[in-house]
Amino acid sequence: MFNLKSSKLSLFGSSKNLEKEIDEFVNILSEVGLSFKSIVKRYLSHSTDENFEAMLEKITEMESRADTITKQIEHALYEETLIPDARSDVLRLLEHLDELIGMYQGNCYHFSIQKPDFPEEFHSDLLSLTETVVDCVESLCSTVRSFFRDVRSVRDNAHKVTYHEKESDIKFSSLARRIFSSNLELDQKMHLRYFVEKIDRISDQAEDIADELIIYSIKRSV
Amino acid sequence: MELTIILFLFGGLFLGWSLGANDAANVFGTAVGTRMINFRTAAIICSIFVILGAVISGAGTTETIGKLGEINALPGAFACCIAAGFSVYLMTKAGLPVSTTQAIVGAIVGWNLFTGSQTDYSILTTILATWILCPILAGLIAIGIFSLVKKIIMSSKIHILRLDAYTRLALLLAGAFGSYSLGANNIANVMGVFVNISPFTDIEITSYLTFTSTEQLFLLGGLAIAVGVFTYSKKVMYTIGNDLLKISPLSAFVIVLSHSIVLFLFASEGLSSFLTSINLPSLPLVPVSSSQAIVGGVIGIGLLKGGKEVKWSVAGKISIGWIILPVITMFIAMLILYILKNMFNLTVIF
Repeated sequence: MFNLKSSKLSLFGSSKNLEKEIDEFVNILSEVGLSFKSIVKRYLSHSTDENFEAMLEKITEMESRADTITKQIEHALYEETLIPDARSDVLRLLEHLDELIGMYQGNCYHFSIQKPDFPEEFHSDLLSLTETVVDCVESLCSTVRSFFRDVRSVRDNAHKVTYHEKESDIKFSSLARRIFSSNLELDQKMHLRYFVEKIDRISDQAEDIADELIIYSIKRSV
Repeated sequence: MELTIILFLFGGLFLGWSLGANDAANVFGTAVGTRMINFRTAAIICSIFVILGAVISGAGTTETIGKLGEINALPGAFACCIAAGFSVYLMTKAGLPVSTTQAIVGAIVGWNLFTGSQTDYSILTTILATWILCPILAGLIAIGIFSLVKKIIMSSKIHILRLDAYTRLALLLAGAFGSYSLGANNIANVMGVFVNISPFTDIEITSYLTFTSTEQLFLLGGLAIAVGVFTYSKKVMYTIGNDLLKISPLSAFVIVLSHSIVLFLFASEGLSSFLTSINLPSLPLVPVSSSQAIVGGVIGIGLLKGGKEVKWSVAGKISIGWIILPVITMFIAMLILYILKNMFNLTVIF
Protein backbone atom coordinates (compact mmCIF):
# COMPACT_ATOMS: atom_id res chain seq x y z
CA MET A 1 0.00 0.00 0.00
CA PHE A 2 2.76 2.44 0.88
CA ASN A 3 6.05 3.03 -0.77
CA LEU A 4 7.96 0.45 1.17
CA LYS A 5 11.27 2.02 0.28
CA SER A 6 10.46 4.52 2.92
CA SER A 7 8.75 1.97 5.08
CA LYS A 8 10.30 1.06 8.35
CA LEU A 9 11.61 -2.43 7.68
CA SER A 10 13.70 -1.47 4.66
CA LEU A 11 14.65 1.78 6.35
CA PHE A 12 16.19 0.06 9.36
CA GLY A 13 17.90 -2.46 7.05
CA SER A 14 19.50 0.18 4.86
CA SER A 15 20.47 2.23 7.91
CA LYS A 16 22.34 -0.73 9.35
CA ASN A 17 24.15 -1.33 6.06
CA LEU A 18 25.13 2.31 5.81
CA GLU A 19 26.36 2.34 9.39
CA LYS A 20 28.59 -0.63 8.52
CA GLU A 21 29.87 1.10 5.39
CA ILE A 22 30.69 4.29 7.26
CA ASP A 23 32.51 2.27 9.92
CA GLU A 24 34.42 0.42 7.19
CA PHE A 25 35.34 3.71 5.56
CA VAL A 26 36.79 5.08 8.82
CA ASN A 27 38.62 1.78 9.37
CA ILE A 28 40.18 2.11 5.92
CA LEU A 29 41.39 5.62 6.74
CA SER A 30 42.95 4.33 9.92
CA GLU A 31 44.54 1.31 8.20
CA VAL A 32 45.91 3.40 5.35
CA GLY A 33 47.61 5.59 7.97
CA LEU A 34 49.20 2.60 9.67
CA SER A 35 50.30 1.22 6.29
CA PHE A 36 51.74 4.62 5.42
CA LYS A 37 53.84 4.54 8.58
CA SER A 38 55.16 1.10 7.63
CA ILE A 39 55.76 2.16 4.05
CA VAL A 40 57.89 5.16 5.07
CA LYS A 41 59.84 2.92 7.44
CA ARG A 42 60.30 0.35 4.68
CA TYR A 43 61.41 2.98 2.20
CA LEU A 44 64.02 4.42 4.55
CA SER A 45 65.50 0.99 5.21
CA HIS A 46 65.09 -0.78 1.84
CA SER A 47 64.13 1.91 -0.68
CA THR A 48 61.45 0.80 -3.18
CA ASP A 49 61.88 -2.96 -3.05
CA GLU A 50 59.19 -5.57 -3.84
CA ASN A 51 57.78 -5.39 -0.39
CA PHE A 52 57.42 -1.65 -0.68
CA GLU A 53 55.55 -2.05 -3.97
CA ALA A 54 53.30 -4.70 -2.46
CA MET A 55 52.43 -2.35 0.38
CA LEU A 56 51.79 0.45 -2.12
CA GLU A 57 49.42 -1.83 -4.02
CA LYS A 58 47.57 -2.59 -0.80
CA ILE A 59 47.12 1.13 -0.16
CA THR A 60 45.84 1.59 -3.71
CA GLU A 61 43.29 -1.18 -3.19
CA MET A 62 42.12 0.39 0.06
CA GLU A 63 41.84 3.79 -1.60
CA SER A 64 39.75 2.33 -4.38
CA ARG A 65 37.49 0.54 -1.85
CA ALA A 66 37.08 3.84 0.00
CA ASP A 67 36.01 5.50 -3.27
CA THR A 68 33.43 2.78 -3.88
CA ILE A 69 32.04 3.13 -0.35
CA THR A 70 31.82 6.93 -0.70
CA LYS A 71 29.79 6.53 -3.89
CA GLN A 72 27.51 3.90 -2.33
CA ILE A 73 26.87 6.06 0.72
CA GLU A 74 26.25 9.11 -1.47
CA HIS A 75 23.70 7.23 -3.60
CA ALA A 76 21.96 5.70 -0.60
CA LEU A 77 21.70 9.01 1.25
CA TYR A 78 20.18 10.74 -1.77
CA GLU A 79 18.02 7.91 -3.11
CA GLU A 80 16.48 7.10 0.25
CA THR A 81 16.54 10.73 1.39
CA LEU A 82 18.23 9.74 4.64
CA ILE A 83 19.39 12.24 7.31
CA PRO A 84 18.09 15.22 5.29
CA ASP A 85 19.34 17.76 7.81
CA ALA A 86 22.87 16.36 8.06
CA ARG A 87 23.23 14.77 4.62
CA SER A 88 25.33 17.47 3.00
CA ASP A 89 27.61 17.64 6.06
CA VAL A 90 28.13 13.87 6.04
CA LEU A 91 28.84 13.78 2.31
CA ARG A 92 31.30 16.69 2.56
CA LEU A 93 32.97 14.94 5.49
CA LEU A 94 33.38 11.70 3.55
CA GLU A 95 34.73 13.62 0.57
CA HIS A 96 37.35 15.32 2.74
CA LEU A 97 38.27 12.05 4.45
CA ASP A 98 38.63 10.49 1.01
CA GLU A 99 41.01 13.32 0.09
CA LEU A 100 43.03 12.43 3.18
CA ILE A 101 43.32 8.83 2.00
CA GLY A 102 44.33 10.23 -1.39
CA MET A 103 47.05 12.32 0.28
CA TYR A 104 48.50 9.23 1.94
CA GLN A 105 48.40 7.37 -1.34
CA GLY A 106 49.91 10.32 -3.22
CA ASN A 107 52.80 10.49 -0.78
CA CYS A 108 53.49 6.79 -1.26
CA TYR A 109 53.51 7.20 -5.03
CA HIS A 110 55.89 10.13 -4.78
CA PHE A 111 58.27 7.98 -2.77
CA SER A 112 57.94 5.26 -5.39
CA ILE A 113 58.44 7.56 -8.38
CA GLN A 114 60.83 10.25 -7.15
CA LYS A 115 62.84 8.11 -4.73
CA PRO A 116 64.05 10.95 -2.50
CA ASP A 117 67.45 10.42 -0.98
CA PHE A 118 67.05 10.95 2.77
CA PRO A 119 70.44 10.80 4.53
CA GLU A 120 70.38 8.58 7.59
CA GLU A 121 70.75 11.53 9.98
CA PHE A 122 67.15 12.56 9.07
CA HIS A 123 65.56 9.14 9.30
CA SER A 124 64.48 9.22 12.92
CA ASP A 125 63.05 12.75 12.56
CA LEU A 126 61.14 11.77 9.43
CA LEU A 127 59.77 8.66 11.14
CA SER A 128 58.81 10.68 14.17
CA LEU A 129 56.99 13.25 11.98
CA THR A 130 55.21 10.43 10.13
CA GLU A 131 54.17 8.86 13.42
CA THR A 132 52.74 12.14 14.72
CA VAL A 133 50.86 12.69 11.47
CA VAL A 134 49.38 9.20 11.65
CA ASP A 135 48.46 9.76 15.32
CA CYS A 136 46.76 12.97 14.27
CA VAL A 137 44.65 11.09 11.70
CA GLU A 138 43.94 8.34 14.26
CA SER A 139 42.50 11.00 16.56
CA LEU A 140 40.50 12.30 13.62
CA CYS A 141 39.07 8.78 13.12
CA SER A 142 37.88 8.85 16.75
CA THR A 143 36.38 12.30 16.17
CA VAL A 144 34.54 11.04 13.09
CA ARG A 145 33.21 8.03 14.99
CA SER A 146 32.01 10.24 17.80
CA PHE A 147 30.31 12.57 15.32
CA PHE A 148 28.16 9.67 14.17
CA ARG A 149 27.46 8.16 17.59
CA ASP A 150 28.32 10.44 20.48
CA VAL A 151 28.20 14.05 19.40
CA ARG A 152 29.17 15.29 22.87
CA SER A 153 32.69 13.85 22.65
CA VAL A 154 33.47 15.38 19.24
CA ARG A 155 35.09 18.41 20.84
CA ASP A 156 37.33 16.32 23.12
CA ASN A 157 38.54 14.15 20.26
CA ALA A 158 38.97 17.14 17.96
CA HIS A 159 41.17 18.69 20.61
CA LYS A 160 43.52 15.70 20.34
CA VAL A 161 43.70 16.23 16.57
CA THR A 162 44.74 19.85 17.15
CA TYR A 163 47.34 18.75 19.65
CA HIS A 164 48.92 16.29 17.21
CA GLU A 165 48.76 18.82 14.40
CA LYS A 166 50.72 21.34 16.43
CA GLU A 167 53.21 18.64 17.34
CA SER A 168 53.57 17.74 13.70
CA ASP A 169 54.17 21.42 12.77
CA ILE A 170 56.93 21.63 15.34
CA LYS A 171 58.53 18.44 14.02
CA PHE A 172 58.19 19.65 10.43
CA SER A 173 59.86 23.01 11.18
CA SER A 174 62.66 21.36 13.09
CA LEU A 175 63.31 18.82 10.33
CA ALA A 176 63.10 21.45 7.59
CA ARG A 177 65.58 23.62 9.49
CA ARG A 178 67.96 20.69 9.88
CA ILE A 179 67.69 19.85 6.18
CA PHE A 180 68.44 23.40 5.11
CA SER A 181 71.31 23.82 7.54
CA SER A 182 72.94 20.59 6.33
CA ASN A 183 75.68 20.36 3.70
CA LEU A 184 73.40 18.87 1.07
CA GLU A 185 73.02 20.43 -2.38
CA LEU A 186 70.18 22.94 -2.65
CA ASP A 187 68.25 20.78 -5.14
CA GLN A 188 68.32 17.85 -2.73
CA LYS A 189 67.34 20.11 0.16
CA MET A 190 64.36 21.34 -1.86
CA HIS A 191 63.46 17.79 -2.81
CA LEU A 192 63.53 16.57 0.79
CA ARG A 193 61.63 19.63 2.00
CA TYR A 194 58.91 18.82 -0.56
CA PHE A 195 58.39 15.39 0.98
CA VAL A 196 58.50 16.57 4.56
CA GLU A 197 56.01 19.32 3.75
CA LYS A 198 53.68 16.93 1.95
CA ILE A 199 53.62 14.59 4.94
CA ASP A 200 52.97 17.49 7.31
CA ARG A 201 50.08 18.66 5.12
CA ILE A 202 48.17 15.48 6.00
CA SER A 203 47.87 16.64 9.60
CA ASP A 204 46.84 20.14 8.43
CA GLN A 205 44.03 18.57 6.43
CA ALA A 206 43.09 16.39 9.43
CA GLU A 207 42.85 19.47 11.62
CA ASP A 208 40.67 21.27 9.05
CA ILE A 209 38.31 18.28 9.01
CA ALA A 210 38.23 18.20 12.83
CA ASP A 211 37.28 21.90 12.83
CA GLU A 212 34.50 21.16 10.36
CA LEU A 213 33.32 18.32 12.59
CA ILE A 214 33.00 20.68 15.55
CA ILE A 215 30.70 22.90 13.47
CA TYR A 216 28.72 19.89 12.22
CA SER A 217 28.37 18.62 15.79
CA ILE A 218 27.01 21.99 16.95
CA LYS A 219 24.46 21.76 14.14
CA ARG A 220 23.68 18.19 15.15
CA SER A 221 23.33 18.78 18.87
CA VAL A 222 19.60 18.21 19.26
CA MET B 1 -31.80 13.18 -0.67
CA GLU B 2 -32.82 16.46 -2.18
CA LEU B 3 -30.44 18.34 -4.41
CA THR B 4 -30.70 21.45 -2.22
CA ILE B 5 -29.63 19.41 0.83
CA ILE B 6 -26.58 18.14 -1.05
CA LEU B 7 -25.86 21.71 -2.10
CA PHE B 8 -26.03 22.96 1.47
CA LEU B 9 -23.94 20.07 2.75
CA PHE B 10 -21.42 21.16 0.18
CA GLY B 11 -20.64 24.14 2.46
CA GLY B 12 -19.46 21.72 5.15
CA LEU B 13 -17.55 19.68 2.62
CA PHE B 14 -15.82 22.84 1.41
CA LEU B 15 -14.81 23.61 4.99
CA GLY B 16 -13.65 20.00 5.38
CA TRP B 17 -11.57 20.35 2.24
CA SER B 18 -10.03 23.54 3.62
CA LEU B 19 -9.31 21.81 6.95
CA GLY B 20 -7.63 18.95 5.08
CA ALA B 21 -5.56 21.37 3.03
CA ASN B 22 -4.44 23.60 5.90
CA ASP B 23 -4.78 21.97 9.30
CA ALA B 24 -3.68 18.53 8.14
CA ALA B 25 -0.51 20.19 6.90
CA ASN B 26 0.25 21.04 10.52
CA VAL B 27 0.40 17.35 11.33
CA PHE B 28 2.68 16.13 8.55
CA GLY B 29 4.06 19.45 7.27
CA THR B 30 7.44 19.28 8.92
CA ALA B 31 7.90 15.59 8.15
CA VAL B 32 7.04 16.00 4.47
CA GLY B 33 8.69 19.39 4.08
CA THR B 34 11.97 18.05 5.43
CA ARG B 35 11.49 14.97 3.21
CA MET B 36 11.56 12.61 6.17
CA ILE B 37 8.29 11.09 4.94
CA ASN B 38 7.08 11.17 1.35
CA PHE B 39 3.85 13.00 0.62
CA ARG B 40 1.92 9.95 -0.58
CA THR B 41 2.58 7.99 2.62
CA ALA B 42 1.71 11.03 4.73
CA ALA B 43 -1.50 11.69 2.79
CA ILE B 44 -2.71 8.08 3.06
CA ILE B 45 -1.97 7.80 6.79
CA CYS B 46 -3.40 11.24 7.49
CA SER B 47 -6.62 10.50 5.60
CA ILE B 48 -7.22 7.13 7.25
CA PHE B 49 -6.62 8.42 10.77
CA VAL B 50 -8.53 11.68 10.30
CA ILE B 51 -11.59 9.66 9.21
CA LEU B 52 -11.16 7.19 12.11
CA GLY B 53 -10.78 10.03 14.62
CA ALA B 54 -13.80 11.86 13.25
CA VAL B 55 -16.14 8.84 13.22
CA ILE B 56 -14.97 7.24 16.50
CA SER B 57 -14.23 10.23 18.73
CA GLY B 58 -15.78 13.27 17.08
CA ALA B 59 -18.89 13.48 19.23
CA GLY B 60 -17.42 15.24 22.28
CA THR B 61 -16.37 18.51 20.71
CA THR B 62 -19.40 18.52 18.42
CA GLU B 63 -21.66 18.70 21.45
CA THR B 64 -19.84 21.86 22.60
CA ILE B 65 -20.10 23.48 19.16
CA GLY B 66 -23.78 22.53 19.07
CA LYS B 67 -24.32 24.28 22.40
CA LEU B 68 -22.66 27.46 21.16
CA GLY B 69 -25.24 27.92 18.47
CA GLU B 70 -28.08 25.55 17.77
CA ILE B 71 -28.28 26.07 14.06
CA ASN B 72 -31.49 24.41 12.91
CA ALA B 73 -31.78 25.27 9.24
CA LEU B 74 -29.56 23.93 6.48
CA PRO B 75 -29.06 27.32 4.75
CA GLY B 76 -27.83 28.72 8.08
CA ALA B 77 -25.31 25.93 8.49
CA PHE B 78 -24.30 26.37 4.85
CA ALA B 79 -23.67 30.09 5.39
CA CYS B 80 -21.51 29.41 8.46
CA CYS B 81 -19.39 26.83 6.67
CA ILE B 82 -18.90 28.96 3.56
CA ALA B 83 -17.97 31.98 5.70
CA ALA B 84 -15.50 29.93 7.74
CA GLY B 85 -13.96 28.26 4.66
CA PHE B 86 -13.65 31.58 2.84
CA SER B 87 -12.02 33.44 5.74
CA VAL B 88 -9.56 30.58 6.35
CA TYR B 89 -8.68 30.82 2.66
CA LEU B 90 -8.14 34.59 3.01
CA MET B 91 -5.87 34.23 6.05
CA THR B 92 -3.94 31.39 4.43
CA LYS B 93 -3.37 33.65 1.43
CA ALA B 94 -2.04 36.28 3.83
CA GLY B 95 0.43 33.67 5.07
CA LEU B 96 -1.03 33.34 8.55
CA PRO B 97 -1.45 29.85 9.98
CA VAL B 98 -5.04 29.83 11.18
CA SER B 99 -7.49 27.06 11.89
CA THR B 100 -11.04 26.28 10.94
CA THR B 101 -11.82 26.16 14.67
CA GLN B 102 -11.50 29.92 15.11
CA ALA B 103 -13.39 30.53 11.90
CA ILE B 104 -16.39 28.31 12.67
CA VAL B 105 -16.78 29.77 16.16
CA GLY B 106 -16.82 33.28 14.66
CA ALA B 107 -19.36 32.11 12.07
CA ILE B 108 -21.67 30.58 14.71
CA VAL B 109 -21.56 33.74 16.79
CA GLY B 110 -22.39 35.62 13.56
CA TRP B 111 -25.39 33.31 13.02
CA ASN B 112 -26.52 33.92 16.62
CA LEU B 113 -26.26 37.68 16.18
CA PHE B 114 -28.01 37.66 12.79
CA THR B 115 -30.88 35.45 13.90
CA GLY B 116 -31.16 37.03 17.37
CA SER B 117 -30.39 33.71 19.06
CA GLN B 118 -28.80 33.71 22.47
CA THR B 119 -25.05 33.03 22.51
CA ASP B 120 -24.10 30.78 25.40
CA TYR B 121 -21.40 32.99 26.87
CA SER B 122 -20.14 30.36 29.30
CA ILE B 123 -19.46 28.03 26.35
CA LEU B 124 -17.95 30.88 24.34
CA THR B 125 -15.71 31.85 27.26
CA THR B 126 -14.64 28.22 27.68
CA ILE B 127 -13.76 28.02 23.98
CA LEU B 128 -11.85 31.31 24.05
CA ALA B 129 -10.01 30.24 27.21
CA THR B 130 -8.91 27.01 25.56
CA TRP B 131 -7.48 29.04 22.68
CA ILE B 132 -5.11 30.64 25.19
CA LEU B 133 -4.56 27.42 27.10
CA CYS B 134 -3.95 25.31 23.98
CA PRO B 135 -0.69 26.92 22.76
CA ILE B 136 0.61 27.25 26.33
CA LEU B 137 -0.14 23.60 27.05
CA ALA B 138 1.40 22.51 23.74
CA GLY B 139 4.50 24.56 24.52
CA LEU B 140 4.87 23.04 27.98
CA ILE B 141 4.35 19.50 26.69
CA ALA B 142 6.89 20.14 23.91
CA ILE B 143 9.45 21.38 26.46
CA GLY B 144 8.90 18.25 28.59
CA ILE B 145 9.08 15.78 25.72
CA PHE B 146 12.04 17.52 24.07
CA SER B 147 14.08 17.50 27.29
CA LEU B 148 13.33 13.81 27.80
CA VAL B 149 14.08 12.83 24.19
CA LYS B 150 17.33 14.82 24.28
CA LYS B 151 18.42 13.08 27.45
CA ILE B 152 17.65 9.64 26.00
CA ILE B 153 19.46 10.34 22.72
CA MET B 154 22.52 11.80 24.39
CA SER B 155 22.91 8.89 26.79
CA SER B 156 22.13 6.13 24.28
CA LYS B 157 24.92 7.13 21.83
CA ILE B 158 22.78 6.08 18.94
CA HIS B 159 24.18 6.25 15.39
CA ILE B 160 23.02 9.22 13.34
CA LEU B 161 21.51 6.91 10.71
CA ARG B 162 19.69 4.74 13.24
CA LEU B 163 18.40 7.90 14.89
CA ASP B 164 17.17 9.06 11.50
CA ALA B 165 15.25 5.80 11.02
CA TYR B 166 13.74 6.01 14.51
CA THR B 167 12.79 9.64 13.92
CA ARG B 168 10.98 8.71 10.70
CA LEU B 169 9.06 5.99 12.46
CA ALA B 170 8.28 8.34 15.35
CA LEU B 171 7.12 11.05 12.93
CA LEU B 172 4.86 8.54 11.20
CA LEU B 173 3.32 7.36 14.49
CA ALA B 174 2.99 10.89 15.87
CA GLY B 175 1.46 11.92 12.53
CA ALA B 176 -1.07 9.09 12.70
CA PHE B 177 -1.93 10.04 16.28
CA GLY B 178 -2.06 13.71 15.29
CA SER B 179 -4.38 12.94 12.37
CA TYR B 180 -6.66 10.88 14.64
CA SER B 181 -6.75 13.71 17.19
CA LEU B 182 -7.33 16.27 14.45
CA GLY B 183 -10.25 14.27 13.12
CA ALA B 184 -11.67 13.78 16.61
CA ASN B 185 -11.20 17.36 17.69
CA ASN B 186 -11.91 19.28 14.50
CA ILE B 187 -14.70 17.30 12.79
CA ALA B 188 -17.04 19.44 14.90
CA ASN B 189 -15.89 22.47 12.89
CA VAL B 190 -16.80 20.82 9.63
CA MET B 191 -19.97 18.92 10.45
CA GLY B 192 -20.96 20.18 13.89
CA VAL B 193 -23.44 22.70 12.52
CA PHE B 194 -25.21 19.98 10.51
CA VAL B 195 -25.69 17.49 13.37
CA ASN B 196 -29.04 18.87 14.52
CA ILE B 197 -30.31 18.94 10.94
CA SER B 198 -28.65 15.83 9.57
CA PRO B 199 -30.32 14.65 6.37
CA PHE B 200 -29.18 11.08 7.07
CA THR B 201 -31.00 8.37 8.98
CA ASP B 202 -29.47 5.77 11.29
CA ILE B 203 -28.45 2.53 9.57
CA GLU B 204 -28.75 -0.60 11.67
CA ILE B 205 -25.92 -2.94 10.71
CA THR B 206 -26.58 -5.60 13.37
CA SER B 207 -28.82 -5.48 16.42
CA TYR B 208 -25.82 -4.22 18.41
CA LEU B 209 -24.21 -1.99 15.83
CA THR B 210 -25.81 1.11 14.39
CA PHE B 211 -24.18 3.51 11.98
CA THR B 212 -25.76 6.69 13.28
CA SER B 213 -26.68 9.67 11.13
CA THR B 214 -24.06 11.73 12.98
CA GLU B 215 -21.39 9.13 12.24
CA GLN B 216 -22.43 9.18 8.58
CA LEU B 217 -22.04 12.94 8.59
CA PHE B 218 -18.63 12.63 10.22
CA LEU B 219 -17.57 10.02 7.66
CA LEU B 220 -18.59 12.40 4.89
CA GLY B 221 -16.71 15.23 6.60
CA GLY B 222 -13.70 12.98 7.10
CA LEU B 223 -13.72 12.10 3.41
CA ALA B 224 -13.84 15.81 2.54
CA ILE B 225 -10.82 16.37 4.80
CA ALA B 226 -9.05 13.48 3.04
CA VAL B 227 -9.77 15.07 -0.35
CA GLY B 228 -8.29 18.32 1.00
CA VAL B 229 -5.20 16.45 2.13
CA PHE B 230 -4.67 14.81 -1.26
CA THR B 231 -5.50 17.77 -3.48
CA TYR B 232 -4.05 20.83 -1.77
CA SER B 233 -2.05 20.07 1.38
CA LYS B 234 1.20 19.18 -0.44
CA LYS B 235 2.04 22.81 -1.14
CA VAL B 236 1.14 23.87 2.39
CA MET B 237 3.17 20.99 3.85
CA TYR B 238 6.26 22.06 1.93
CA THR B 239 5.67 25.66 3.04
CA ILE B 240 5.47 24.62 6.68
CA GLY B 241 8.45 22.28 6.39
CA ASN B 242 10.76 24.57 4.48
CA ASP B 243 9.75 28.21 4.67
CA LEU B 244 7.75 28.87 7.77
CA LEU B 245 9.77 26.96 10.33
CA LYS B 246 13.35 25.77 10.05
CA ILE B 247 13.42 22.97 12.55
CA SER B 248 15.20 19.66 12.83
CA PRO B 249 13.28 16.43 12.14
CA LEU B 250 13.56 15.53 15.82
CA SER B 251 12.08 18.86 16.91
CA ALA B 252 9.39 18.29 14.29
CA PHE B 253 8.50 15.00 15.94
CA VAL B 254 8.28 16.64 19.38
CA ILE B 255 6.13 19.47 18.03
CA VAL B 256 3.74 17.11 16.22
CA LEU B 257 3.49 14.84 19.26
CA SER B 258 2.74 17.69 21.66
CA HIS B 259 0.20 19.09 19.18
CA SER B 260 -1.45 15.67 18.95
CA ILE B 261 -1.55 15.24 22.72
CA VAL B 262 -3.21 18.64 23.18
CA LEU B 263 -5.81 17.96 20.50
CA PHE B 264 -6.47 14.55 22.00
CA LEU B 265 -6.80 15.97 25.53
CA PHE B 266 -9.47 18.38 24.32
CA ALA B 267 -11.33 15.71 22.35
CA SER B 268 -11.26 12.47 24.33
CA GLU B 269 -14.54 11.70 26.03
CA GLY B 270 -12.99 8.59 27.59
CA LEU B 271 -10.16 10.55 29.18
CA SER B 272 -12.53 13.26 30.33
CA SER B 273 -14.86 10.78 32.08
CA PHE B 274 -11.87 8.90 33.54
CA LEU B 275 -10.50 12.11 35.10
CA THR B 276 -13.94 12.96 36.44
CA SER B 277 -14.33 9.43 37.87
CA ILE B 278 -11.15 9.84 39.93
CA ASN B 279 -12.25 13.30 41.06
CA LEU B 280 -9.72 15.16 38.97
CA PRO B 281 -10.58 18.28 36.97
CA SER B 282 -11.12 17.34 33.33
CA LEU B 283 -10.40 19.46 30.30
CA PRO B 284 -13.44 20.75 28.41
CA LEU B 285 -14.20 18.95 25.15
CA VAL B 286 -13.65 21.86 22.83
CA PRO B 287 -12.41 22.05 19.25
CA VAL B 288 -9.02 23.70 19.59
CA SER B 289 -6.85 25.12 16.85
CA SER B 290 -4.23 22.76 15.46
CA SER B 291 -2.23 25.77 14.23
CA GLN B 292 -2.19 27.21 17.74
CA ALA B 293 -0.97 23.90 19.11
CA ILE B 294 1.80 23.71 16.50
CA VAL B 295 2.89 27.32 17.06
CA GLY B 296 2.81 26.71 20.83
CA GLY B 297 5.05 23.67 20.41
CA VAL B 298 7.52 25.56 18.21
CA ILE B 299 7.75 28.45 20.67
CA GLY B 300 8.17 25.97 23.54
CA ILE B 301 11.19 24.37 21.86
CA GLY B 302 12.51 27.80 20.89
CA LEU B 303 12.33 28.93 24.52
CA LEU B 304 14.06 25.76 25.67
CA LYS B 305 16.95 26.60 23.33
CA GLY B 306 17.28 30.05 24.87
CA GLY B 307 14.54 31.92 23.02
CA LYS B 308 16.89 33.55 20.51
CA GLU B 309 15.48 31.60 17.58
CA VAL B 310 11.90 32.61 18.32
CA LYS B 311 10.78 35.35 15.96
CA TRP B 312 8.52 37.21 18.33
CA SER B 313 7.33 39.63 15.61
CA VAL B 314 6.09 36.66 13.57
CA ALA B 315 4.51 35.13 16.69
CA GLY B 316 2.76 38.45 17.34
CA LYS B 317 1.51 38.64 13.74
CA ILE B 318 0.16 35.09 14.02
CA SER B 319 -1.60 35.91 17.30
CA ILE B 320 -3.25 38.97 15.76
CA GLY B 321 -4.45 36.68 12.96
CA TRP B 322 -6.08 34.45 15.57
CA ILE B 323 -8.04 37.42 16.91
CA ILE B 324 -8.92 38.87 13.51
CA LEU B 325 -10.08 35.57 11.95
CA PRO B 326 -13.16 34.89 14.14
CA VAL B 327 -14.23 38.55 13.88
CA ILE B 328 -13.89 38.60 10.09
CA THR B 329 -15.70 35.26 9.81
CA MET B 330 -18.52 36.56 12.00
CA PHE B 331 -19.12 39.47 9.63
CA ILE B 332 -18.79 37.32 6.50
CA ALA B 333 -21.29 34.82 7.96
CA MET B 334 -23.76 37.64 8.68
CA LEU B 335 -23.34 38.96 5.15
CA ILE B 336 -23.95 35.53 3.59
CA LEU B 337 -26.95 34.96 5.88
CA TYR B 338 -28.33 38.35 4.82
CA ILE B 339 -27.91 37.43 1.15
CA LEU B 340 -29.50 33.97 1.59
CA LYS B 341 -32.40 35.38 3.54
CA ASN B 342 -33.17 38.50 1.56
CA MET B 343 -32.06 37.67 -1.97
CA PHE B 344 -32.84 33.94 -2.11
CA ASN B 345 -35.68 33.93 0.41
CA LEU B 346 -34.16 31.02 2.29
CA THR B 347 -34.92 30.18 5.90
CA VAL B 348 -31.80 30.50 8.02
CA ILE B 349 -33.54 29.73 11.33
CA PHE B 350 -36.69 27.87 12.33
